[in-house]
Amino acid sequence: MASITIRGVKKNYAKTQVVHGVDLDFPSGEFVVILGPSGCGKSTLLRMIAGLEEISDGEIAIDGTVVNKLEPRERGCAMVFQNYALYPHMSVSQNIGYSLKVAGVPSAERQQRIQAVARTLELEHLLDRKPMALSGGQRQRVAMGRAMIREPKVFLFDEPLSNLDAKLRVQMRSEIRKLHRRLNATSVFVTHDQVEAMTLADRLVVMNGGRVEQVGTPGEIYTRPASRFVATFVGAPAMNILEGTVELDGLSLLGGSRRLAMARTGLPVGTKVAMGIRPEAVRLVAPGTAGALYATVDLVEELGAGRVIYVDLDGAPFSVMTSEAVHPEPGSQVGLKISPDDMHFFSSETGARLDVFKASVPEPAL
Amino acid sequence: MVERTPVLNFFTHLILFIGFVFCIAPFVVVAIAASHNLKDVNDVPMSLLPGSDFWVNIKTAWTTADLGPKLLNSFIMATGVAAGKVIISALTAFSIVYFRYPGRTFIFWLIFITLMLPLEVRIVPTYAVVANVLEPYQTILDLTGLSWLIEKVSGVHVALNLGMLNSYPGLILPLIATATGTFLYRQFFLTVPDELTEAARMDGAGALRFFIDILLPLSRNNMAALGTIMFLWAWNQYLWPLLITTDQSHATAVTELKQLIPNVGGAPEWHIAMAGTLIIMLPPLLVVVLMQRWFVRGLIATEK
Repeated sequence: MASITIRGVKKNYAKTQVVHGVDLDFPSGEFVVILGPSGCGKSTLLRMIAGLEEISDGEIAIDGTVVNKLEPRERGCAMVFQNYALYPHMSVSQNIGYSLKVAGVPSAERQQRIQAVARTLELEHLLDRKPMALSGGQRQRVAMGRAMIREPKVFLFDEPLSNLDAKLRVQMRSEIRKLHRRLNATSVFVTHDQVEAMTLADRLVVMNGGRVEQVGTPGEIYTRPASRFVATFVGAPAMNILEGTVELDGLSLLGGSRRLAMARTGLPVGTKVAMGIRPEAVRLVAPGTAGALYATVDLVEELGAGRVIYVDLDGAPFSVMTSEAVHPEPGSQVGLKISPDDMHFFSSETGARLDVFKASVPEPAL
Repeated sequence: MVERTPVLNFFTHLILFIGFVFCIAPFVVVAIAASHNLKDVNDVPMSLLPGSDFWVNIKTAWTTADLGPKLLNSFIMATGVAAGKVIISALTAFSIVYFRYPGRTFIFWLIFITLMLPLEVRIVPTYAVVANVLEPYQTILDLTGLSWLIEKVSGVHVALNLGMLNSYPGLILPLIATATGTFLYRQFFLTVPDELTEAARMDGAGALRFFIDILLPLSRNNMAALGTIMFLWAWNQYLWPLLITTDQSHATAVTELKQLIPNVGGAPEWHIAMAGTLIIMLPPLLVVVLMQRWFVRGLIATEK
C-alpha cells in the first residue's frame, strides 16, 4: 500500500522532450489507468515510476519517499510487461521465485510462497513447465505471479493484455480487477484500449502528446471530457464534432449551412466552437421534424444489440448509435434530434472544454 | 523457394554426393596409406586396397612420436584456449552491449580491428612478452629512470622476470583473445529482448547476477558453437606451440607430427606418418560429432 506523487516530471531523449511536465497524485490502494494513443508518453511515465527510465526533471515519490535516484529493486514496485518477459530457460516456479532467490530468501520459504501465489493464479499444475510450453493467457498469469510474489507496494502494468486474443483479454481483465480487490495494492495500468481503461480504472488519466489531458473517474471522463481530444478519444464510436459559431438563438454549424435552434447557449455570440455530441445521444426522427437536422445515410453497421448509422451532413461525417429497431436504407434521408443537454462545447482554438452552457441555463422543460 | 521434382532431387543429391566425395577422399587416402607396409605405401601408384599393417603402424606412430603425453598437451591447450575464448568473449560482449560508457564504440572497433591482426602478424612481440611477461614494465621503469632511482636508494637491482615459455599458460594465454567470439556474442546479446533485462532489474538482479543467471544459460548454444570452433582452431595451431615449446615435455601433438614425417635421406615411412595423422585427427573429430547438435543450433538459429 503506497501513494504515488508525481511532480513536474519531464522526460527528454537527447533533444526531444516526450513528457512535458506531469503532475499526478495516486492515493494508496487505487487502481489507476493511464490511457492514451501510442507515443503519448504513457509508457515512459510508467517506466519512470518503475525506475527503468531516468527522470529528466521533476520528482516521483512513492509513499512520501522521493525515488528519483533509487534502483528499481529499492522502489518496491513490481511490473508486468507487455510481452510477459518470462525467462525462457527457467521453469514457471523458477520464474515466479526468481526475485526471492535474488533477495536471498531461503529455499523452503521460497517454495511456500511460490505455492501460495500459484494457488491464487491457478498455476499449480504448470509449475514445472517452461514458458515456451504455455499458452498466452498462462504466460500472462505467470508474469503476474512473478510480480505478486514480492508483495510489492505498487503494481505496474505495461499494456499487459494487448498480446492476448479478445476473449482472453476480457477474462484477464476481470481477473486483474479481482486480484486488485484482494491485494489492494496501488496499481498503475497503462493501455491504449479504452474499454480496458474504462472497465478497470478507479481513476483514469488520459494523456496526449506528453501531457495529461484529464484525470477523473471513468464516468467523469465520459460525461464531462475536459478537452476535444478526450471527447473524441474516449467512447466508441467516437464523439461527433461539428464546427460552428454561437448565435443569439442557436448555433450556426458547418460554415453556416446548418442551423440548430436552441435557447441561449450561454456563450458569447460569435464564439467559434466545436460542438460535440455522442453518437448514442443523437435520436433518429422522421425527416422534416421541427428542430432536427437532416442527413443522408451512408452506411449502417449492425452490432446485434443496436446499430451504428453513419450519415453525411453536408460532407461532414457523423454517426448515430441507436438500439431502436430502425433500419434506414443507405441513401435515404433521416432527421437527427440533438438535445442541448447532451452537447459538449470545446474551444475551436485550444480544444478546451467551454462549460458555460449548463452553468447558466436551467434544465429546459421538455 | 522449395521445389520438389524427382529430377531436381536427383541433381541436388548428385551435387551433395560430389561434395561429400571431395571432402572425404583425402581422409580415405590417409586411412588406406596408414594400413600399408613400407613397400606398398611407396608404390606408384599406391594401391587403394587397404593393407594389413594398420594396427602395427598405429602402434609405431604412437611410440615414435610419444603421442600419449603430446595428445594430453594438445588437449589441455585446446580446451584451455576454447574455454578462455568463450569466457573472454562473453565478458567483453556483455560490457559492450549492456553498459554505456565513453569510448564504448571506439573499444568495440579496436577489438574488431584485431581481426586483421592474427597471431602470425604479431608473433615477434607476442613471443617477447611471453618470454618475460614483465618486460614492458621493466622497460617503463628503465626509461623513466625509476629503476636507477630504486637501485640508488635501496641497492636492489630491478630485473623483473616472469617467463612463460614451455608452460601451459604460455601456450594458452596469448591465444584466448578473440574478436570473432566477441562479435558472435554481441550479435546474440543484441537479440535478447530488452524486456528480459528490465524484468531482471525489476526482480532486483544486478548486472553480474543477470549475466550469470539469465544471459549465460540463454547463450548455451552459442557457447557450444564457439567452444567447438575454437577447440578445433587451437588444436590445429602449429606455429605458436612450435615457437614457445623448446622443451619436448610441452610440445603438442600437431607439432610432434613433424617427427613422423620422413627426413631427407631417411626411410620414406609415409605409412607411419599417415597413421600418426589419423590419431591426431581423431580428438577434434570426436568433439565435432559430440557437439554437433548444439553447434549447428548456436550458429544458425535464434531460439525463441
